[in-house]
Amino acid sequence: MSAEIKPSKSLLHNALIKIVSEKLSLIALIIVFLYFLVAMLTAMGVLASNWGQEIGQSYAAPSFEAIKNYFGLDIFGRSVLLKTIKATETAVVIGVVVSMISIVIGTLLGMLAGYFGGFVDELIVWFYTTFASIPGVMLLVAIAFILGKGTTTVFLSLGLTSWLGLCRIVRAEVMKHKEREYIQAANAIGATHTRKLFNHILPNISHLLIINFTQTFDSAVKAEVVLSFLGLGVVGRPSWGTMIDDSKLELARGVWWQLAAATFAMFLIVLAFNILGDALRDALDPKLKGK
Amino acid sequence: MNMYAYIFRRLLYVIPVLLGVCLVIFVLFNLVAPDPAFTLLGKHATQLQIAELHHELGMDRPYWVQYFDTVKTAFTFDFGYSWTSKQNIWEMIKAGAGPSLSITGPLFVIENIFAISLALLVAFYRGKLVDKIVLVLSIAGMSIPSLAVVLFGQWFFGYKLGIFEISGYERGFPQFVPYVILPIILYVFISFGGETRFYRTVILDEAYQDYVRTARSKGISELRVMFKHVLKNSMIPILTQIIIQIPTLILGLLFAESFFSIPGLGAMTINAINNSDFPVIKAMTILSAVGFILFGVVTDVLYTVVDPRMKLK
Repeated sequence: MSAEIKPSKSLLHNALIKIVSEKLSLIALIIVFLYFLVAMLTAMGVLASNWGQEIGQSYAAPSFEAIKNYFGLDIFGRSVLLKTIKATETAVVIGVVVSMISIVIGTLLGMLAGYFGGFVDELIVWFYTTFASIPGVMLLVAIAFILGKGTTTVFLSLGLTSWLGLCRIVRAEVMKHKEREYIQAANAIGATHTRKLFNHILPNISHLLIINFTQTFDSAVKAEVVLSFLGLGVVGRPSWGTMIDDSKLELARGVWWQLAAATFAMFLIVLAFNILGDALRDALDPKLKGK
Repeated sequence: MNMYAYIFRRLLYVIPVLLGVCLVIFVLFNLVAPDPAFTLLGKHATQLQIAELHHELGMDRPYWVQYFDTVKTAFTFDFGYSWTSKQNIWEMIKAGAGPSLSITGPLFVIENIFAISLALLVAFYRGKLVDKIVLVLSIAGMSIPSLAVVLFGQWFFGYKLGIFEISGYERGFPQFVPYVILPIILYVFISFGGETRFYRTVILDEAYQDYVRTARSKGISELRVMFKHVLKNSMIPILTQIIIQIPTLILGLLFAESFFSIPGLGAMTINAINNSDFPVIKAMTILSAVGFILFGVVTDVLYTVVDPRMKLK
């Protein structure tokens, strides 16, 4: 009779096991981890801290004489490899900050609308319908244009345009959850609204936030290119967007390495996040299983 | 509930949304935006000049009057004049719509037919090798930055191989055809991944429903199940996805148009951004939002016609 009951694993724990046990999603996870590691090392100044240094002739072609020359040099004779590495930090920071902004706005508004219903709900639904009625690109362009060039602009314009999807999903999910027994039980012991919302409901919908993070990260990294192209991107540090944008004048002269390096670096992390996002959705949202 | 009452209510809801959109645009362009005096008059403007400019642009009037003006433009399309070219903006939009639509129109048709057929094919062979290959290609295609595709495509196919016109435009059919082929091919490549994946999910959503199993158990062939049952029922999300793209067609292609020197609305928007031409950006934002709202209504009304379940809500 001493059969011990194994402690049950949490949804997240289960999801992690599933992701690690599948080859493709494991590789994606490792790639994402490596990018974050590179970003962290660059931020600390361990890696590519001398990216701005002139190390050779302008537009010197890729060569194998030194690691720095593997991807060639840019117009100012700077190493494209070091720039690409430094830009990883920019991309990861943009992805994380933008996702955080969108998650905070989307979750908060979605929870309030779904939980309180009535007038609050109508107001918030009107608010997001309004934002959703302006085509995404145009809203992004308008906000970025008005705020002017700079890193804050990139964060704000992308963050303010990417919370809509999450808000809608969270609202629908909270509406279902507030009728559940555990909320009735919380009601019975006199829990406050804040407690019910943040201590009880939020943990139960947190998987939506994680899935949303992978999607927003992806779209933010991709949208940064759009902003760079419009001349509204980050300044003072390299980003994949500005590198791709710079190469529009270089291609005709046969300088392809800057475009190739930035595109490939971006392609790999966006792809990895795409795969990881799918795997997470399958693992965390049992309703969608098998699709 | 009666269908007409539903449609009427849906139409009424346009009013608060339109007012809201105008509010967002008003807040952005009239409250948050930097003083246009800096762009228009330069650094050395006198107080008097600034005051005159503010009066000329109507910025010295109360905010509610300015907001009302913004709402009015959503109905009259009287967007005023461009700050850089001094042209009437509505005339500029009319001139740019043709070139833009000559790319986005064919693109829209080709891309959707291509993506839906591909999605049907892989849904039919779901789980098989074809499905996996297309899925991998779609995700890979989605992960390539579109600007890189446009840059590389223009350089490789237009410059290096010289198969297509590299830039320029001529008005009138069929003169414009050679100029739009390459942008269309590149954009089909850019968008097929996301579209195919979306349609595949939509079709597979239906493919696992109970009625499909029933149809199969009656001995209906797989092909017939796919087209007669599954496709018909997945038509609603597919139609929504298609209709909601229509208003964005007018926006043109933001990247490609300026690269290929096509005088469309995408290129106009880019020019306006480069020249800090506020009224043009504001006009494009209002125009695209009005288009979105109208087509949203059309989609919802079509829903009630196509899907009887909608009437109950």
